[in-house]
Amino acid sequence: MLRYTLRRLGQMTLVLLALSLLIFVWLHALPGGPVSALLGERATPEAARTLTSQLGLDQPLYVQYVRFLLSALSGNFGASIGVQPGIPVTQVFLERFPATVELTVCAITLAVAVGIPLGYVAARRRGGLLDTLSIIGSLISVAIPVFFLAFLLKYVFAVKLGVLPNSGRQDAIDATRVTGFFVLDGILTQEWDAVLNSLEHLVLPAIALAAVPFSVIFRITRAAVLDVQDENYVRTAESKGLTGAVISRRHVLRNAMLPVATTIGLQAGALLAGAVLTERVFNFPGIGDALALGFQQRDYPLLELLILVAAVVYMAINLVVDLSYGMIDPRVRAG
Amino acid sequence: MVITTRKKRVDELARADMETSLVAGAWRRLRRIPVFFVGVTIMAGFVLVALSAPWLAPHDPTAALLLDQVSKARNTIPAPQPGYPLGGDDQGRDLLSRLLIGSRQTLLVGVLATLIGFAGGLVLGTVAGALASWVDTVIMRVVDAMLSIPSLLLAVSIAALFAHPSQLTVILAVAVVQIPIFARLLRGSMLAQRVSDHVLAAQALGVRPSAVVFRHMLPNALSPVIVLATIVLATSIIDAAALSFLGLGNPDDTVPEWGQMLARAQDVFDTHPELAFWPASCIIVVALGFTLCGESLRDALDPKNRR
Repeated sequence: MLRYTLRRLGQMTLVLLALSLLIFVWLHALPGGPVSALLGERATPEAARTLTSQLGLDQPLYVQYVRFLLSALSGNFGASIGVQPGIPVTQVFLERFPATVELTVCAITLAVAVGIPLGYVAARRRGGLLDTLSIIGSLISVAIPVFFLAFLLKYVFAVKLGVLPNSGRQDAIDATRVTGFFVLDGILTQEWDAVLNSLEHLVLPAIALAAVPFSVIFRITRAAVLDVQDENYVRTAESKGLTGAVISRRHVLRNAMLPVATTIGLQAGALLAGAVLTERVFNFPGIGDALALGFQQRDYPLLELLILVAAVVYMAINLVVDLSYGMIDPRVRAG
Repeated sequence: MVITTRKKRVDELARADMETSLVAGAWRRLRRIPVFFVGVTIMAGFVLVALSAPWLAPHDPTAALLLDQVSKARNTIPAPQPGYPLGGDDQGRDLLSRLLIGSRQTLLVGVLATLIGFAGGLVLGTVAGALASWVDTVIMRVVDAMLSIPSLLLAVSIAALFAHPSQLTVILAVAVVQIPIFARLLRGSMLAQRVSDHVLAAQALGVRPSAVVFRHMLPNALSPVIVLATIVLATSIIDAAALSFLGLGNPDDTVPEWGQMLARAQDVFDTHPELAFWPASCIIVVALGFTLCGESLRDALDPKNRR
């Protein structure tokens, strides 16, 4: 187990190194490059030259890459040049990261809480009305563009009905900040109105973001339960007279959960991509919003950090998922 | 002499194996899946509309025919009226005509993006799966690095590389993202083919390595890839819409495309949601059609379902 983890971490480092090179090359290939992004299109040639040598852009590429790696390793990614000008991008990231974590945790919880039970029930009553309806629902939630769903939810519940807020993370209320996670802060300081207010802001974006993962989790659960419930060990359990609840829990669900666990991990990427769209629609100040704005305003240092972090998070989640196999399925532990 | 006839025999076997057990068998199972026909109908309808759009569209999609009914101050757009069943957009252009003509670009985006992704994945996956040496390792590491970035993020990064966004840059960005997915799938099924009996038999009979790869391995490895292609076509259309929404789409709206129409409608969504509703519905129905087809094909081709 430990050796496996170490090997995976080693692989991750290699992929990250390759990725940093890709991002580095990408950054240098972007139209205009960092100099014109910093100075604007109408900079004098002298100013451009000065800045070029200041930024070390006149050095050979491999020197630049090593310098980029060294400063990145020491946590220095430079200052934002568009989204929050002048502020170190690491700080922008740290301010916005909790927002996205809150949103994605809500979304994945929602997707799991609806997807797994629905998938289980649908498989157990295969071909029934609930089965058919939930399959149609899950197909539509993949086919619908995420940002359109977000706009639709915003239009119905925020604009027309006015029951939920249409943008932001929290209204301008007097709330104490402790961790940057607004919901957690409210619980820690026992400011329940702040908790409620943050949760209200989370409902619509979380539903929009949950649509795709819900659909995938539902369908994988349904397929996995269908596969497992005809297995010999389930028949054995039935014939030795175990109760339905025990069979469901110990024999069917536990074995069906393996593919579902992988799927949940793989949804991390979809969630992050979805967050870019959802956060933009709801002006939700998270990483996704920063990414969308960063691309519009060509904020290269910010994009560099955010894409690298996105990749790290994505890979880390997949590692955790692979490791969690061992907990669900003892057979994997040996290998 | 004996060997050449045997080679021929192996070729025939490979082909026969494909035709009877794969295509015919798949069709036999497909006929029992009603959803497949729903998907095919939608796909066929979409392609038909796209091909005949210039004759179907009642008006010029770029002409501001109803401009007098557009008022920025009163925030009005042309309502549905005789001759204009869906009304006009915020530029006074006929919405129905734009939707009909828009199907062409949407089809083009989907098909081209899928083809490019498929071609790239085909080359990488075949090389990796056929050679299975250090080349395989290198290719798969690159593919892993690409897959370690969430797909939309990768598409957006690629789209940002171009100083002047256009329909072509959108297609390229959406397509490149699909390459590693195709490559990985194809490599997997090529590896499975490498150790299969008919490939070993062909090798034992001294069939040229290139013939083994292209005549015996590749055709049999393609079926899961074709399933993926139908699903990728749907996601390409949706991803292209997302790129437009993020401001990286084709800025030229004289050539309408559904994703672009949907993205442009966001500014007036609170007052005129119908402008977004129509292109969104078109995208959803078409995406659904391709997904249904792909899923039924997957079920039909799945060896587990063979009886």
